[in-house]
Amino acid sequence: MARSRLVLTAMILTAALTGPLPAPLHAQEAGHVKVTRGTVQIERAGQKTPAAVGAVVQAGDVVATGPDGSVGITFLDNSLLSAGPNSVLAIDRFAFDPTTHQGGFESSLRSGTLAVVSGKLAKQSPDAMKVKTPAAVLGVRGTEFLVRTGDPKKD
Amino acid sequence: MRRHAALAALALLLLVGCARPARDDLYVLMPGADGKTGALTVDSAGKQAVLDQPYAAVRVKEPGQVAAGTITEQEARQAFGAALAAQPDRPLSFTLYFLEARDELTPDSRQILGRIVDELSRRPAPEIVVIGHTDRVGAVPYNDALSLRRAERVRDELVKVGVAPDRIRVEGRGEREPLVPTPDEVPEPRNRRVEISIR
Repeated sequence: MARSRLVLTAMILTAALTGPLPAPLHAQEAGHVKVTRGTVQIERAGQKTPAAVGAVVQAGDVVATGPDGSVGITFLDNSLLSAGPNSVLAIDRFAFDPTTHQGGFESSLRSGTLAVVSGKLAKQSPDAMKVKTPAAVLGVRGTEFLVRTGDPKKD
Repeated sequence: MRRHAALAALALLLLVGCARPARDDLYVLMPGADGKTGALTVDSAGKQAVLDQPYAAVRVKEPGQVAAGTITEQEARQAFGAALAAQPDRPLSFTLYFLEARDELTPDSRQILGRIVDELSRRPAPEIVVIGHTDRVGAVPYNDALSLRRAERVRDELVKVGVAPDRIRVEGRGEREPLVPTPDEVPEPRNRRVEISIR
């Protein structure tokens, strides 16, 4: 058994040293839109597109809802993020190893409301998940919480 | 005269500044759906707070001004109604068991397959991950192949009842992740399984 594992490790090392490994499938995929109401847009590389159910969310995306909008996203580690109206949510970083459950998830709520159910990343490591607002950094030690942020003068 | 005007303007600015705080941030820890409540740490301009009770809440009017307290469930539902209503369905996982050395499900597990299909049909844009496992009877390469075959078998069953194949990801982990650890070459029915996660 130990020998097979050694052989496998050697094979992986050889592959890593001798040539580029094939890119993992859907490397950029962080999650999928599961719920939308009203106006919801995803901004990627400066381009805004309306978000439909099933749309892919990537690290680097900014998800924005209109005055009548809300959106729910399920991430690959089973984290659930849902935003209410007039919200701007940036997915700053998402990395998840489905075998070891290690990686990191950082997002920023720039304005609006957000409900979070944390997933496998936060369960694996207490420092893996962070939610930022313009006023604070929230460290996630598991399960469910709510975030509202914004400038009340604008409301 | 000009100095008076400047002072008055300053006073007005201060007054307005005090009457309208810069922010109205609210962070709330909710009880978990499984009955367990986690914890949330808040760091605002170096001021820290830890929320570890259901409905524990922090308000931040200015960065560094952290006011801790609690709110009621009703207040939370009111302030976050739309965000909570947009929460996706909770991910679910199921475990199906196999007969020894075969890619055939036990009768009990056949029934669970039906429940999974029902659940999938309710979900928008469902994703399915199917991971096969074996016990430690047999060599590692044999079990790697068997675990993948079991996962593929479950995928085929799902496709047969109408699940789109491109929604299903299949993986085989062989004997590496036993549910019940055993010495090598020990038969263990609980390790001959396929785990299905849907979200």
